[in-house]
Amino acid sequence: MSVAKPVNQRAWWLVLPVLVSVAFSALIPLMTVVNYSVQDILSPSQSVFVGWEWYKEVLRDPELHSALFRQLIFSAAVLAIQIPLGIALALSMPKEGWRSSLVLVLLAMPLLVPWNVVGTIWQIFARADIGLLGYVLTQLGFDYNYAQEPWDAWITVLVMDVWHWTPLVALLAFAGLRAIPEAYYQAARIDGASRWAVFRYVQLPKLRSVLMIAVLLRLMDSFMIYTEPFVLTGGGPGTATTFLSQYLTQKAVGQFDLGPAAAFSLVYFLIILLLCFVLYNFMKSVGAGEQQARSA
Amino acid sequence: MSARSFPGRRILLVLYLVFTLAPIYWLGHMSLRSNEAITGAFAWFPESFSLANYIGILTDPSWYDGYINSIVYVTINTVLSVTIALPAAYAFSRYSFLGDKHLFFWLLTNRMTAPAVFLLPFFQLYTALGLIDTHIAVALAHMVFNVPLAVWILEGFISGVPREIDETAYIDGYSFPRFFIRILLPLIKAGIGVTAFFCFMFSWVELLLARTLTSVDAKPIAATMTRTVSAAGMDWGTLAAAGVLTIVPGALVIYFVRRYIAKGFAMGRV
Repeated sequence: MSVAKPVNQRAWWLVLPVLVSVAFSALIPLMTVVNYSVQDILSPSQSVFVGWEWYKEVLRDPELHSALFRQLIFSAAVLAIQIPLGIALALSMPKEGWRSSLVLVLLAMPLLVPWNVVGTIWQIFARADIGLLGYVLTQLGFDYNYAQEPWDAWITVLVMDVWHWTPLVALLAFAGLRAIPEAYYQAARIDGASRWAVFRYVQLPKLRSVLMIAVLLRLMDSFMIYTEPFVLTGGGPGTATTFLSQYLTQKAVGQFDLGPAAAFSLVYFLIILLLCFVLYNFMKSVGAGEQQARSA
Repeated sequence: MSARSFPGRRILLVLYLVFTLAPIYWLGHMSLRSNEAITGAFAWFPESFSLANYIGILTDPSWYDGYINSIVYVTINTVLSVTIALPAAYAFSRYSFLGDKHLFFWLLTNRMTAPAVFLLPFFQLYTALGLIDTHIAVALAHMVFNVPLAVWILEGFISGVPREIDETAYIDGYSFPRFFIRILLPLIKAGIGVTAFFCFMFSWVELLLARTLTSVDAKPIAATMTRTVSAAGMDWGTLAAAGVLTIVPGALVIYFVRRYIAKGFAMGRV
């Protein structure tokens, strides 16, 4: 697409502040957690090196397996709903004028609510006696109670997440769409391309890079979801909405097992890393394949 | 407009806006009512229009200090993140250097650690530095997730500026810093606005790190809000009013950058 960039190792100096600032707040805590994960911490001054022990324990934990399973289903549902819905919204948004401004501001509002407040809003919004959603559902004849029915709780957390984060996908996709030069559409019109063809061969490829970041952000953030379900359901009823972070916190804070919790954190981190890495390379190769096919 | 729109797009947009606004309407609705009214009976509209909950917050320093603290650390974080991300984004956009592709992905991996256990070393680190309960501590900690995103967004904007502009400036005798400030920054104004919005947003809504690193002097509004659970039950009305007030600063920021977003941007890298 572009001419090869000149090699310039001095560019490292420009990147250095970023590296230092991120490494400062990321690597030091990471090393500390690695350190915890191989020790049995009996008291702040007394600890015993235990090697891989905690990792073995964590990997065999059946409750962790079920939390991981719930997490995978949840994150898959988040992506499957939010990405297409976000793109559809971006395609529907007015492009100019006061309507466009209004829609942008209204749409972005859920993104600006602190995460514990998101949980609080939905906690009352979904209550059958005094909340708008719960009340309407009950009036329509549904037997809805997110505090007692596992399935209702799960769906409520999912709908809350869709409410909370679809705007992010929509904003990114909207910005990506607006960056497509008019000439592309004119060319498509001359070719007599259908609406679908315009989307598939003009808009979607151009959206690839914004969608990549949207998919990665949504994958990792949904995988670490904690505050909102903690406030809304506390992980229940039972374990219906106990996702990985919730379970980890129960272990780390509730049982105060720092060693195993640290090992758990690192396994958790590696799972997210692996998923993102696979998805990143998959999306990159799909994009590269398309570009090759077009230039051939 | 045929080629770009699809049937039913208006309906989708209207339905979605209703879905987005319904919980926010309910928050506003609650904020205007008393606790007895909220837990007492369902009502479509507030029976009275009382600003008591808002007045309670705006006249109580233990409440409004939370807003000031949040705004202070979010601003520091946004300024720092954008400032250090700019040269890095330029480097990624213009040059290739050892490890550049890996570095880009590595930056993102710093967003991938679930906070629960990591909060403790964060606390220890900032305690050792004597920064606990300061705005700068939260601002620095939030850079972990904001700087990578800022680099990614800015890189796309800088890649949209033709490389000839750099070359012409250097031929005209511009030094790098002068070129950067006088020529490049005005050209990517929109990108800086959009990036600042995203940094503001992610720092504004984060609770766990901000709460761990502060106790009194820099306590964020989101943490202040968790105290409304008392023996007398939830103070829903005050909580709702505080919630409405947390949306205001962000809504102002998005209002100011709306044009830049509507102009569009692509993220070049990836």
